[in-house]
Amino acid sequence: MMLSATTDRPPYRTASPDRDMETTANGIKIRAREVHAWYGDNQVLRDITMDIEAQRVTAIIGPSGCGKSTFIRCLNRMHEMITGARVEGSIELEGQDVYAHEVDPVLLRRRVGMVFQKPNPFPTMSIRDNVLAGLRLTRSERRSQGDAIVETALRQAALWEEVQDKLDARGLSLSGGQQQRLCIARALAVEPEVLLMDEPCSSLDPIATARIEDLLHDLCERYTIVIVTHNMQQAARVSQRTAFLLHGELVELADTNALFTSPADSRTEDYITGKFG
Amino acid sequence: MSTPDPARTRPPSRLAEQLVRALCLTAVILPVLLLVGLIVDVTGQASERLSWDFITSFPSRHPDEAGILPGIVGSFWLIAMTGTVALPVGVGAAIYLEEYGGRGRLANLIEVNLANLAGVPSIIYGLLGLELFVRALGMGRSLAAGALAMALLVLPIVIMSSREALRTVPRTLREAGMALGATRWQVIRQVVLPMAMPGILTGAILAIARAIGEAAPLIILGAITYVGFLPDGPGSPFTVLPIQIFNWVSRPQPGFVVDAAAGIVVLLVTLLVLSGAAIYLRHRFERLREG
Repeated sequence: MMLSATTDRPPYRTASPDRDMETTANGIKIRAREVHAWYGDNQVLRDITMDIEAQRVTAIIGPSGCGKSTFIRCLNRMHEMITGARVEGSIELEGQDVYAHEVDPVLLRRRVGMVFQKPNPFPTMSIRDNVLAGLRLTRSERRSQGDAIVETALRQAALWEEVQDKLDARGLSLSGGQQQRLCIARALAVEPEVLLMDEPCSSLDPIATARIEDLLHDLCERYTIVIVTHNMQQAARVSQRTAFLLHGELVELADTNALFTSPADSRTEDYITGKFG
Repeated sequence: MSTPDPARTRPPSRLAEQLVRALCLTAVILPVLLLVGLIVDVTGQASERLSWDFITSFPSRHPDEAGILPGIVGSFWLIAMTGTVALPVGVGAAIYLEEYGGRGRLANLIEVNLANLAGVPSIIYGLLGLELFVRALGMGRSLAAGALAMALLVLPIVIMSSREALRTVPRTLREAGMALGATRWQVIRQVVLPMAMPGILTGAILAIARAIGEAAPLIILGAITYVGFLPDGPGSPFTVLPIQIFNWVSRPQPGFVVDAAAGIVVLLVTLLVLSGAAIYLRHRFERLREG
């Protein structure tokens, strides 16, 4: 079920009421309320309340160690894979609490896909097998349509033209940028609703980065995208909404243009103007 | 900092460099020479007895008629059964410890104990096997009892090397699999195990090599030394290569020393074939892994 943003004004700080109006057109895909997260005794997220809109790119920026990766790892319950890690608060995906007892994290992750910082294609698999990995790993019945799925996913990831003649080559034989697009194709082949990207371009050169940024524009027509980046220019280029995290707290969440041109919080201003970071 | 004086920054003593090189080279050559010496010596002694006849005959009271067939067949039975038990159990234990078990004090305790078990003299495993399998479980002096004791003996090796191998698989790949909506086991089976395979196989080679050369626990377990028949199943009495060799060396007649030498050659060749096959397999998996 889709909840409208107007029914529940989020308690985060916003720059001005009219800016809020621009964003209410899309439904809320993910609703995070008072999320706290820890690694052992070390609290890395404090009281994060944030709405993520459907079919939009939401960027999360902030200095290293501010908890931005942890936050998106809470969204698909990857955070709990680390020993000693725990989460409190509620995160709803289309109104369903993802931390509810009856939710299987494995099934959740098929709806909320993830692309990691470093390209990590499966080394023992070919390009084709990498794209199909999600379906093979999970023994999905859609495997029979393998070739079609491979082509669709690779086209969506803007990689098809480059690899269509060598689908049986190893995934590792590709360049870093191609490998990362392969990982995006791999995530898309499972047909998730949300795509989480954890600094997906941080190990790529500017040309490969530009290709992936272009890709995001097309992908957000179908997917809800949350991208973590330490690169503010990238956030400005690819996202419609931007959240600024500092020391595990959400300082500001606003339309990207607004956040970068007239931030409501002085800490946001200091960060985007390079006073610290 | 001022520019360093080129005369003072030249590499440290070339003499020391060469000395270390020479020492390391010696460390390589010495064992190889010893091994070659052993092989040449043994083959020289064995040459008069080493023939197809020797391989296909049963032991005999007459040294020049004695053969090693029951030893060969027994050894193959034994390692096949040992492997069937030790590899699945060992790899399974390693998977549990690495992938499912936590990283606490208990894990450390298990780690230390495994290392200790690997160092326990094999004769102790023989005693354990005698008490547990032969007597308590009533298996008698059979291949099955021998293989189970041998499996216990090599289990720590298999577990430790498999754990090492599993540890070389980067966490990022496990996360990639989990993020695709796979369960832990699906990720282990299709991502982690294929990548860890070369290392696991190396452990298997070591374990099998150890098992095939081991005689002490089997002597206690009652492998017999004079066998006029071939084992026909897990319940059958048996002998193995090292025990046959041990038996011949302890005979007074000089002819049996020749038989022992020939037996050693057969054992060495068997080991060579096994490790060769395993190394070939490992390379195949490594190619798969590195692309």
